[in-house]
Amino acid sequence: MGKTKNRDGGVSRRGFLKAMGVGGAGMLLPAAAARAGEPRVPRPSDGELATLLDLSKCIGCGACVEACRESNAHKFPEPEKPFPDLVPSSRAKNEDWSDKRDVDDRLTPYNWLYIQNAEVEYEGESYDINIPRRCMHCQNPPCANMCPFGAAGKQTNGITRIHDDICMGGAKCRTVCPWNIPQRQSGVGLYKDLMPRFAGNGVMYKCDRCYQKLEKGELPACIEVCPENVQTIGPRHEIVAEAKRLAKEMNGFIYGLEENGGTNTLYVSPVPFDEINKVIDKHPLNKPVGKGLGPGKPHMGPVKDVMADETNLATATLLAPVAGIAAGILGLGARLADKEDDDES
Amino acid sequence: MKARPYPRWISRLFILLAGVLAVTGFMQMPITKRYYLSDLPGMAWSANFYTVHRVHYVLAALFLLLLGIVAANWFRAWRGKLALTGFGWARIAVVAALVVSGGFRVYRNLPGVTLDPSLVLAIDWVHLIAAVLLGVLALAALIARRSAYAVRR
Ligand code: SF4
Ligand code: SF4
Ligand code: SF4
Repeated sequence: MGKTKNRDGGVSRRGFLKAMGVGGAGMLLPAAAARAGEPRVPRPSDGELATLLDLSKCIGCGACVEACRESNAHKFPEPEKPFPDLVPSSRAKNEDWSDKRDVDDRLTPYNWLYIQNAEVEYEGESYDINIPRRCMHCQNPPCANMCPFGAAGKQTNGITRIHDDICMGGAKCRTVCPWNIPQRQSGVGLYKDLMPRFAGNGVMYKCDRCYQKLEKGELPACIEVCPENVQTIGPRHEIVAEAKRLAKEMNGFIYGLEENGGTNTLYVSPVPFDEINKVIDKHPLNKPVGKGLGPGKPHMGPVKDVMADETNLATATLLAPVAGIAAGILGLGARLADKEDDDES
Repeated sequence: MKARPYPRWISRLFILLAGVLAVTGFMQMPITKRYYLSDLPGMAWSANFYTVHRVHYVLAALFLLLLGIVAANWFRAWRGKLALTGFGWARIAVVAALVVSGGFRVYRNLPGVTLDPSLVLAIDWVHLIAAVLLGVLALAALIARRSAYAVRR
């Protein structure tokens, strides 16, 4: 009964009034969520949305992981085998998760959310911290900015999504993502219709923040199902204020406020994130993705704004033509070849 | 041979910049590692997507600088003396599409800017298609021996 089946990507951005609690959409919601205070379902007019995860509350039950898998099952890849023989075979490898769909201790194309665990001693107390991990939904996402085909994009409501019908599966997004979040499945997608052996290698998958549920005025599956109300979603400015308040209250720490210039996922924890990062099973920052099935265990270390240089260079691209015009006006390059030399024949 | 009345260094710089922009543009696709390009001596940098991206930005700034010089000269001094060729017109239109779509991409990459995803998709494809088109037009003009953008009136 806790299962909510979704039809695909509606147009209805108007369903948002069907808030939770009573009647209508409320009937579809699991009891756990309905009972839980009044989590407000965000509206399209709320602009950029962010989520807050209160790590002091998470009991690591994994209900969110299960809900994510069920709720998004219709989006999962169904690859055809055999896969194309990639060229060159020494460099391009097929990545196949379709026989390992049950793996739930890391991110995969079939598992967009998993729980990390950190046992941390801090100020004389021991903590057992559970951390639901998925895409951070960066405010300025490099995965989207640097996608050569426009397949990955950030929506105005703050969701970063990878469109499975355009994605070529080159996995650039995974490399440029500071947390290496997107995961590849070979044997599906556009590349199969183009030059499957020579360009592309499947489709990249990651949390899309249940965009189709948000469009209908419903909460993302992982938020809705959580028995401990670990997650809250709302307009970014409200979520930031709440995260700060909560961190102050528990004398804790926030992850996601500054990381990569700010993300739309804010973790609040009673212990410092460096301590958490030290002990979690992870793929460290800036370590090459390497061979095999890629890293699916994000770190929790500090991340500088990876697009900062581009932000600075943007000014140069604006000033350059102005400088050029000035130089031209001053006569640089104005001299035309003499008429005599100019015999056109 | 003197089909181009405007300074030779402008032509050469234009061709050079357009060429390396095209190369670094295509290197935005994840191909340099797969096809061992980054293993060539001196090409290791091409394996880093961020480096390639930033190099493309710098080259784009230089290209815009050159376009600024040419545009100023055109309106200040050349307009009365030179006339654009057919191939000149066509390539200018394509370069304009590249500049506008590229400008949008730079704008889109700024923090605090979120454009509609379908607009972004259109921008990305205009940029990619225009780059290919410029190459095709340049080749056609070369074969037709009409590479000059403008000739004397
Ligand atoms: S976030 Fe909630 S549902 Fe997920 S593991 Fe923690 S307590 Fe369970
Ligand atoms: S966390 Fe990675 S995949 Fe998610 S939006 Fe940021 S860069 Fe993209
Ligand atoms: S928001 Fe949706 S897609 Fe993302 S982790 Fe939660 S359930 Fe999965």
